[in-house]
Amino acid sequence: MSEAALETRGLVRRFGGLVATDNVSLRLEPGARHALIGPNGAGKTTLVNLLTGILKPTAGAVLLEGRDVSALSANARVRRGLCRTFQINQLFPAMTPAESLCLAVGERLGRGGSWLGLAGADGAILGEVEDLLRRFDLLAVMDQPTHKLAYGKQRLLEIALALARRPRVLLLDEPAAGVPEGERADILAALAALPADVTILLIEHDMDLVFRFATRISVLVAGRLLMEGSPAEVAADPRVREVYLGADAHG
Amino acid sequence: MPTILFDGIAYGMLLFVLACGLSVTLGLMNFVNLAHGAFAMAGGYVTALLMNRAGVPFLATLPAAFAAPAILGVILERTLYRRLYGASPLDQVLFTIGLVFIAMPIANYFLGDQPQQVHLPPFLQGRVEWAGIGFGIYRLFIIAVCGAIALALQLLLIGTRFGAQLRAAVDDARVASGLGIDVDRLFAITFAVGCGLAGLGGALAADVVGGIDPTFPVKFMVSFLIVVTVGGSRGILGALLGALLLGILDVAGKYYVPSIGAFIIYAVMVATLLIRPQGLFARGPR
Amino acid sequence: MSEAARLSAHLTRGARWGLGEIAFWLLIVALIFLVPSRALLINEILIAGLFAMSLDLILGYAGIISLGHAAFFGIGAYGAAILASRGIHDPILGLILASLLAGFLGLATAPLLLRGSDLTRLMVTLGICLMLGELANRNSWATGGADGLNFELTPIFGLLPIGFTGQRNAALYSLVVLFLLFVLARRIVQSPFGLSLRALKENRLRAGALGVSAPHRLIVIYAISATYAGAAGALVAQTTQIVSLDVFDFHRSADVLLMLIIGGTGYLYGGIIGAALFIAIKDGLSTATPEYWEFWIGLLLVALVLGGRERIGARLHALLPRRLRGGSAA
Repeated sequence: MSEAALETRGLVRRFGGLVATDNVSLRLEPGARHALIGPNGAGKTTLVNLLTGILKPTAGAVLLEGRDVSALSANARVRRGLCRTFQINQLFPAMTPAESLCLAVGERLGRGGSWLGLAGADGAILGEVEDLLRRFDLLAVMDQPTHKLAYGKQRLLEIALALARRPRVLLLDEPAAGVPEGERADILAALAALPADVTILLIEHDMDLVFRFATRISVLVAGRLLMEGSPAEVAADPRVREVYLGADAHG
Repeated sequence: MPTILFDGIAYGMLLFVLACGLSVTLGLMNFVNLAHGAFAMAGGYVTALLMNRAGVPFLATLPAAFAAPAILGVILERTLYRRLYGASPLDQVLFTIGLVFIAMPIANYFLGDQPQQVHLPPFLQGRVEWAGIGFGIYRLFIIAVCGAIALALQLLLIGTRFGAQLRAAVDDARVASGLGIDVDRLFAITFAVGCGLAGLGGALAADVVGGIDPTFPVKFMVSFLIVVTVGGSRGILGALLGALLLGILDVAGKYYVPSIGAFIIYAVMVATLLIRPQGLFARGPR
Repeated sequence: MSEAARLSAHLTRGARWGLGEIAFWLLIVALIFLVPSRALLINEILIAGLFAMSLDLILGYAGIISLGHAAFFGIGAYGAAILASRGIHDPILGLILASLLAGFLGLATAPLLLRGSDLTRLMVTLGICLMLGELANRNSWATGGADGLNFELTPIFGLLPIGFTGQRNAALYSLVVLFLLFVLARRIVQSPFGLSLRALKENRLRAGALGVSAPHRLIVIYAISATYAGAAGALVAQTTQIVSLDVFDFHRSADVLLMLIIGGTGYLYGGIIGAALFIAIKDGLSTATPEYWEFWIGLLLVALVLGGRERIGARLHALLPRRLRGGSAA
């Protein structure tokens, strides 16, 4: 059996008496298009933080391409190729998209600490930045401060930044969150155009997006994995419907 | 050595009264008020002026030394300070430094740059002997008054509803507000009392530090900050212990190791910040 | 213009020297020669400007607040004075050594500032500066205490005497040092390293998520800033031949912070402009209302903060030519 791109084994995270993540074992094959869904409070964010290294597990392990990274810092995991986007945009407000991407690419190439030269003078970096700007339809606004961009464009930049690191595994935390109806298509197009060799874990509430994008779906409820399967299997499963529709009936 | 301890305790009690307002402001409003010393200066000047120009007896001036800075505090809080509660620490620092820069020349202009002396009434001067040790009467007075204030504050904090509301708000202002506590009013009252106490402290300190002059806010700002840092900003007891520690270290340091002097105190402050940022005497992490 | 060219032009916009910049520096040179009677004042402004620029490097570009930057200024000043009084009479050598000493102190204390909140940093930087002040105060065998130190300096390159009798030369010396350090700082803030600092300041979380190692970068810029502040201190010692204990005063740290805020953070010129304004106001007001000039500075400060530094700064920022708008207002 080939190595999983991203794997967790019996991952547990406790906060005092609260068990936020309960024995989660997940396995993503290379190139996967995997979605993680679940009602609010299910522990999706905690799981993402465990995967990225912001939180350390109480028990269990996180493996990146077969190697145990449970003890590694978030920074170190980024360098090993695990990147994420944030549910609430984490951008650089006064920097332009061009500058932000320049930073990301430069860091990846190891030139980030250099005192010499301008990032903009390096042909290799320039080429990649231009390519990213084009792919995410940001060329027109490349030189505007990020805080002036439309929300949809900011969301695209959010993804572009993570991709600039050429990650092996990419965690997308609700990429469509807060994006107006008219701009959602752009997000979906951007997701569809992500490189095939990047393994993607998508956390989303937007079921439309999830069912169109994912080939496998995991359902997280109260910190535990309820089930995992193809979109059709998940849609048909009565337990899943109860978790979502049952909550609606009560709420 | 016992005299040093005694003097240190007296100085520490004084620092407590001076700085406890700052401690609560920091703990409650998360506001860095570097202008706190200006309120202390105001109180000291009130006492000095009432005594020297109006012949008012020392003890009678003390309520005024409390009231005037308190009123000033209320005015400034309602008009200026409250606009900056959510501001960055840098903005707060700049603002309060600005206030100090405004206050000092005003004092200089109206009252000159020579220290205004407070001449203690005869019954507060002199020393008493006990068990072979000399105790300054004024220092005994300071310890008594400041101790009483500390006790009163603690009782206020623990025994009254206002105190309970204050403690809740210090713990978590948002939750307190959600519980219906008028946090705004709490801030205003607390700030005013803090300024008043600073003023009272300034009046009491006048004799000990050789008079009140326009540089008082800057000279003592650091001491206040150290008390607050080392003592923590969560409660009366922490501030008291921090002030006592600082007072004793300061007096003892200057006497025993003059070549290092205040260095030890600054080092203690930095070490506290690095190891236990919530203060040496505060309960648990922030 | 092709997209690639537009991208490149945008990213390298800060590199080119605008006419305004060149004019700025030429103006200073002109002033030194045209108004030699004010050379002392100009020298004071240039040195204060260097000091404020050093603070800009950490505050404007990396978001580190310091209330004790005078620590490095003082080390530089006493370092240069002590070196000169103990046999190193060449000003340039003394300048370099004193600056490096300050830089070393910066390197040593930077790790203390990495954890903790802004408030903690304020207090720690203040505390360190106070500690140094006390040490200097109590160890008068080294620092000359309240009497100060006596020292002699040889003329620069054997040609230009600085110090009390060569005031115009002193101003030129300070200008050259300031300019060289400015050029270096300009390169640094526009380099990938500088870009990463801005990213750290604007969003430390995301910068980390992109692989930027905050501790390393911040320690480096802090050490550079300390070196620059030390150079300013060394200059003041060398050009005025006076070093007094007040180099470590809180007032120095507060004043330099004010100068930088007045001039604006994040574009390197703010320190120099702020210093010029601050000292000009002080000098001007001193004749009119001696000892009360602080009042107006305080008023200005309160007005600035209440009026919203960012709003004012942003509007002024918009007036600057595009090429200078590298960093953001603090």
